[in-house]
Amino acid sequence: MIRYFSSNFSHLILLIGIFIMIIPVWLIFASSTHTASIINTQGLQFFLGDKFLENYTKVLLYEGGFFKEITALKMFLNSFLMATGVAFVSVISSLMTAYVLVYFRVKYATLLFWIIFITILVPLELRIFPTYSVMSTLNLVNSYWGLIIPISASAIATLFFRQFYKTIPDELLESAKLDGANTWRFFIDFLVPLSKTMIVAMFIFMFVFGYNQYLWPILVTSSEQYWTVVMGLKMMSGSIVNKFAFVIMSMIPPVLIIIVLQKYFIKGIFQDK
Amino acid sequence: MKKVQFKSNYSQYFFLAPQLGILLIFLYWPIIQTFRDAFTMQDAFGFGRQFVWFDNFLFIFDDPAYLIAFKFTIIYSFVITLVTGAIGLLLAVQANNVMHGKSAYKTLLIWPYAIAPAVVGVMANYFFSERFGLLYHLFNDLWGFNWYESVFDSYIYLIIAGSWKQISANFIFFLAGLQAIQQSVIEASIIDCKSSFRRFWTITFPLLMPTTFFLIIINITYAFFDTFGIIDTTTIGAPSGETRTLVYKAYMDGFRGLDLGSAGAQSIMMMLIVLVITIFQFRYIEGKIHYN
Repeated sequence: MIRYFSSNFSHLILLIGIFIMIIPVWLIFASSTHTASIINTQGLQFFLGDKFLENYTKVLLYEGGFFKEITALKMFLNSFLMATGVAFVSVISSLMTAYVLVYFRVKYATLLFWIIFITILVPLELRIFPTYSVMSTLNLVNSYWGLIIPISASAIATLFFRQFYKTIPDELLESAKLDGANTWRFFIDFLVPLSKTMIVAMFIFMFVFGYNQYLWPILVTSSEQYWTVVMGLKMMSGSIVNKFAFVIMSMIPPVLIIIVLQKYFIKGIFQDK
Repeated sequence: MKKVQFKSNYSQYFFLAPQLGILLIFLYWPIIQTFRDAFTMQDAFGFGRQFVWFDNFLFIFDDPAYLIAFKFTIIYSFVITLVTGAIGLLLAVQANNVMHGKSAYKTLLIWPYAIAPAVVGVMANYFFSERFGLLYHLFNDLWGFNWYESVFDSYIYLIIAGSWKQISANFIFFLAGLQAIQQSVIEASIIDCKSSFRRFWTITFPLLMPTTFFLIIINITYAFFDTFGIIDTTTIGAPSGETRTLVYKAYMDGFRGLDLGSAGAQSIMMMLIVLVITIFQFRYIEGKIHYN
């Protein structure tokens, strides 16, 4: 009742906001269903055309990379592998590190804390050439591990898990100790099931983060076989409608994940159980 | 820290190993190399390495292009923070106001958050192309917009492209901040103050301070680092290097120019800037804001 002031005005503002978000994507989508000559002569289209199947299958299966050695389908597979890899590696390693930081009486705990969290201040962009030279020393250029590992070297998820563990009541460990749980049992049987929402949230976060990488994949893949979707967009040759179709398809995986798993994502980020 | 903990034992090394291993090899090792690059100079054939103290740093400060990139980065992050913060807050307040359709609005407004900056850039490209770009022609009719030549117009182009998806992030966090404010506080304030506009600025907004400062940091980080993909797919620094961020310039110098000494020195300058912002946030701002 109290919030009922000027409700119509609120709806209007929100609708304008949604319009600004949706209209650019809609125009590109509608235009992607026309022929290239229509776009070139009449500009972007608001209404749907009849070339949807033709344009999309062409991009997906035939014309991909600059040298046409890769299809968009393969790029999607690469992106999916990379994003899943980043999510798995960073979530599992962060979960374990946060466990030690919160639940173990470690010597040099403060030093350990800083060694881990100072890294948040140094994003990959600031150490990109040295990271490349490390990767080539380790022979990981043009490989899936080369795409995954440097992106997973982040303590962001560790910070979130640590905050979350600190909200769990002390009694949990007390009673688990009475039941004779060792460090491993307590982690697997108590902590991991309790952190389910948080794990899903961090998984989504890191998946989208991995999928959206642009600069690192450009640097670390000289072979078209390892191209990902986001970097492939700029490299791609072909007609304008094929590019439109590729842009639209490239958004679908992360946007779908955010929309479908929205509840987990928001719950995890704001830590309400 | 917890009062009840496990005693230090060997299993802790097992739990720490994956992340520490990755951080040491793929983060600390490259950082050490960055420092080595920044304070040394390679000879023309890449065989020898000479310690040159701060020569690389002096060199970048003498470079007018560095100062241009510095200016652009500051302006860009300031405007992006302001624009996305203001629009995100406006939308969040309205979404918090409505009785019906709150979750539908939320869903319809948060999805652009998931789109990659580079994809946003490619899309923006279509709206600002000379051939069929709708916004290009609209602005061109209004004031002769031409981002290929005018610095101001290229700023406009990048601000629109950079703000679009970041509005979503600001919206989500402001909405969560608004929903965390206790209903009793709002009810009490309604008795004291009739004007909903004044109530917002005197009661609600101060209570949102923690969220606001968190978002300032998030937005600055976004403008510094994530906009690489946007710039590289839109203006590529045009006109004549006026729209390159510090990160973009460092990358170009290292990649195109193969000048790793300069790229290293520029990276260390960026690390210092990030460090200063972080310390500022912890020391200065955190002490002055209201928590509920």
